[in-house]
Amino acid sequence: MRFTRIPGTTLALAAAIALIGCGNKEEPAPAPAPVPAAPVAKPEITVKIGHAAPLTGPQAHIGKDNEYGATLAVEELNAKGLEIGGAKVKFELISDDDQADPKQGTTVAQKFVDAKVNGVIGHLNSGTTIPASQIYSDNGIPQISGSATAIKYTKQGFATAFRVMSNDEQQGKALAEFAAKTLAAKSVAVIDDRTAYGQGLADEFKKAAEAAGLKLVANEYTNDKATDFKAILTKIKSKKPDLIFYGGMDPQGGPMVKQLKELGIKAKFLTGDGGCTPNFITLAGAAAEGQYCSLPGVPLEKMPGGAAFKEKFTGKFKTEIQLYAPYVYDATMTLVDAMKRANSVEPAKYLPEIGKTAYQGVTAKISFDANGDLKDGAISFYEFKGGKIEYVETLGGVPEAPAEAKPTADAAPAAAPAAAPAVAPAAAPAAAATGAIPAPAAEKK
Amino acid sequence: MDIFLQQIINGLVLGSIYALVALGYTMVYGILGLINFAHGEVVMIGALTALTVVKLLAGSGLPGPVIALVGLMAAVPVCMAIGYTIEKVAYRPLRKAPRLAPLITAIGVSIVLQNLAMMVWGRSYHAFPAILPAEAHEVLGATFTDLQVIIVLVAAGMMAGLLLLINRTRLGRAMRATAENPAMAQLMGVNVNHIISLTFVIGSALAAVAGLMVSANYSIAHYYMGFILGLKAFTAAVLGGIGNLAGAMLGGILLGLIESLGAGYIGDITGGFLGSHYQDVFAFFVLILVLVFRPSGLVGEKVAERA
Amino acid sequence: MNWNTLKHDRRTLWAGYAAIGIVLAVLPFLVGAGLGNAWLRILNFAMLYIMLALGLNIVVGFAGLLDLGYIAFYAVGAYLYALLASPHFGLHWPVWAILPLGAVVAGGAGALLGAPTLRLRGDYLAIVTLGFGEIIRIFMNNLNAPINITNGPQGISSIDPFHIGNVTLAKPLVVAGITVPSLHAYYYLFLGLALVIIFVTIRLEDSRIGRAWVAIREDEIAAKACGINVRNIKLLAFAMGATFGGVAGGLFASFQGFVSPESFGLMESVMVLCMVVLGGMGHIPGVILGGILLTILPEAFRHAAVPLQQAVFGKVVVDPESLRMLLFGLALIVVMLYRPAGLWPSATRKRELQGGSK
Repeated sequence: MRFTRIPGTTLALAAAIALIGCGNKEEPAPAPAPVPAAPVAKPEITVKIGHAAPLTGPQAHIGKDNEYGATLAVEELNAKGLEIGGAKVKFELISDDDQADPKQGTTVAQKFVDAKVNGVIGHLNSGTTIPASQIYSDNGIPQISGSATAIKYTKQGFATAFRVMSNDEQQGKALAEFAAKTLAAKSVAVIDDRTAYGQGLADEFKKAAEAAGLKLVANEYTNDKATDFKAILTKIKSKKPDLIFYGGMDPQGGPMVKQLKELGIKAKFLTGDGGCTPNFITLAGAAAEGQYCSLPGVPLEKMPGGAAFKEKFTGKFKTEIQLYAPYVYDATMTLVDAMKRANSVEPAKYLPEIGKTAYQGVTAKISFDANGDLKDGAISFYEFKGGKIEYVETLGGVPEAPAEAKPTADAAPAAAPAAAPAVAPAAAPAAAATGAIPAPAAEKK
Repeated sequence: MDIFLQQIINGLVLGSIYALVALGYTMVYGILGLINFAHGEVVMIGALTALTVVKLLAGSGLPGPVIALVGLMAAVPVCMAIGYTIEKVAYRPLRKAPRLAPLITAIGVSIVLQNLAMMVWGRSYHAFPAILPAEAHEVLGATFTDLQVIIVLVAAGMMAGLLLLINRTRLGRAMRATAENPAMAQLMGVNVNHIISLTFVIGSALAAVAGLMVSANYSIAHYYMGFILGLKAFTAAVLGGIGNLAGAMLGGILLGLIESLGAGYIGDITGGFLGSHYQDVFAFFVLILVLVFRPSGLVGEKVAERA
Repeated sequence: MNWNTLKHDRRTLWAGYAAIGIVLAVLPFLVGAGLGNAWLRILNFAMLYIMLALGLNIVVGFAGLLDLGYIAFYAVGAYLYALLASPHFGLHWPVWAILPLGAVVAGGAGALLGAPTLRLRGDYLAIVTLGFGEIIRIFMNNLNAPINITNGPQGISSIDPFHIGNVTLAKPLVVAGITVPSLHAYYYLFLGLALVIIFVTIRLEDSRIGRAWVAIREDEIAAKACGINVRNIKLLAFAMGATFGGVAGGLFASFQGFVSPESFGLMESVMVLCMVVLGGMGHIPGVILGGILLTILPEAFRHAAVPLQQAVFGKVVVDPESLRMLLFGLALIVVMLYRPAGLWPSATRKRELQGGSK
């Protein structure tokens, strides 16, 4: 043992001495400022776009889906041969795995900063997006998330933080309105999966539902790794609600409706974007029939370029869209759109342009409020019917064509108290192999 | 009352699933005194293998139970091979090493199996085809499916079979001898390495059965499913007294019931202060309480060993 | 290397330590400039993990109590800092008050959780500590209602950076005319505290208490017979270990600016345990090595996955991210197979092992 002791002790001393000594000698290199390489004069410049999502672990399939969305956008942009600031621009996507872990999220963020990326798309989960946003903000790098829904993300006062996805409050309100009006429910039971996404959405739904006069008869919880929901469903059965709302993702949502039927519960089932996937139907089987879900934005089929996007996606990656790929695609396009308008790829120059965005994306007409939240909180509703996800209606915002945005859920509501970051939204693992984008068969009902 | 009965049924089914996995844990532990942390991953591989075969055959017109059986036939040898390899590569060389060394290799094996499965089966959640009758029967207002009955019966049957194997056969006697004192067993002509390999192979075959049952019952399988299942089963095995087969069964059923009743009634008991989100807290609390008063689990034997 | 002769030559010894000290002092600048600030961040996390691994080493390595819920004390420290220095409650306590408080509270929690487990051994102890770890995480995940204490799964953000008075580490520091960037400043802070913890652990190891821990590890009954108060000494091990965890947690919260329950899952406990065992249980330099290696390896594989495949197959066969964790798992297995007592075991332990196998 003796030999451990000496090295340790002395180590401490030596280090202390060295610290003092070095203070005078060392020429500390200043932290690298985010100086984007943008030699405008040259004929071709490379613009690096960072993309972060969990590519391993339980949410990997959603993360990969996000990555595909960004890849598609970058390839399209490169094929167009854009010129910005007089130079031909080649976009390069640097995608990295943050494992949905806040700690790794900041490491990846720092890696992007070191690589001098011109902008960042992501992260997938609010839990990684929020701590990473601090680093992007410190280094002046614009960040657009296509899937983080925690209200807190855009409320930290960072000029660099944007999202092209409705936040929990926007979606929660619309869900409650749909439950009260369209589904004419009188009483509701709420289940959430205790993730930042599920809990955030469920809480906003509860608030709005009670305001809309719905009676909250049961409040149950599960977790994002659970497969057995019989115990909580049995309890809900005894309260006889008209509607069950679930805040969480489809790997739980699908089996949950199946068990609902096994227990002979007649109540309708409504869930948010996390369950609005073809995979939900695959996992739920026949039990999915007649249940409802919501997605931010407007159905792809109704948007200019939406159907084409879907076709390109499935053609290229030989898999269906899982969930957030279209939003991530839009996020990437929005970022580059701002570069075009600013005629510069330098973050400092094009950042102010992002706030002024009015871009026609495949999920919505994108413009931002002062916080960086999506203006026009349109939320579309769908019903699972005959193994398909059928469009029902759109609430709030401007549904179809690029009319002027007259937001209902406009500016991020100052009200939102709680929320903070967390794991996120997208966080959840969801979807499955088979998904097709929630393709609303456009028949309006 | 019908609600209470339903919760008991829920707990029994869930508990039987835990017990199925816990039997594999406890068997290895009983012989080797080693927690095979990778057991949950073997269950996962079993589930995904069975699911792949079932998916292939789902359209063939064969009756559902036959397809499920074929799926099982495919999963069992795959899991056996994996169990055998794990023991040979990751545990056998460390049999004389410090006790925690095999724990680390087990964690390594888990990570490797998970990522291999991710490469083979992709990142998606897979749905188990609806080949088994799923309509619910109703008794006194409580419902259950055929599959759930099968799960409970299979768990009980497997425990009984294992007990017979261990207590009534030559192989079982060799296993008990190995568990008691490997060196002495060797001297008595028992091929200890062979017996230990066989234990792993049998445990892995059980894992394949468990994998099929779990994925069929919840109609879902995913490369990450083994972790939480393994954790719960480990808890169940310890609750009953790890190393004891009847204990694993008892621990599993008890854990299932605690979770079900906990989620169902914890809110009422605490006047709404704690809800079903404290279900696991409740389960762990009972576990801790049991262990404080019975430090070797409910039916475990007194052991003197150290970490 | 012959440490004994080295020890006698005091001048050589001091020169050696001075060299190590200088390397540690200039390291952030070398890493920052050469590999990028991402690696500096990783280095900072490595320091935190060294603190955690050393804390767990007291429980597992010295006292021989298998603890699978250690990360709970890290969580306690982190949440305490987050609650007392963030807009969540509007409290902004000074660091010098929170960090010691975090250490004390975590230590208290350690003793409290240790108490019911005194009679348990081996795997039973492991599962109970695992249970405690999960219970604490679940409470943090759920205590947003009826009274919002931890803000639930949403976590707590905008946590104050480490600051004393007006000097904050969030912005580049100017010390004696030299600018020290934020990440570098955190490095020195973490390094300093890690050194303090290393120092304390080394002193503990050779103290009466340290010997009592080892005695309990080797034979509890004999230790009792020798007049060691087994109960108190065990509780002390839990409390001391937890204290280090609490300090590391507070630092984590200040560095990250955000805490949420998902940072404190079971896998995190398991990783810290891996550091202790892989490095060399009970041997301080080994544990430090384990902490550094296991923090750096997954990140190194992140960069190595693509070139490695190109070297072996000539093209990229598997996505780098799938391969990364696979390689990590393989590394754990291979290291344990070839060095079952850990990478850098203590001399006594090595002797015991060799003696045992012959």
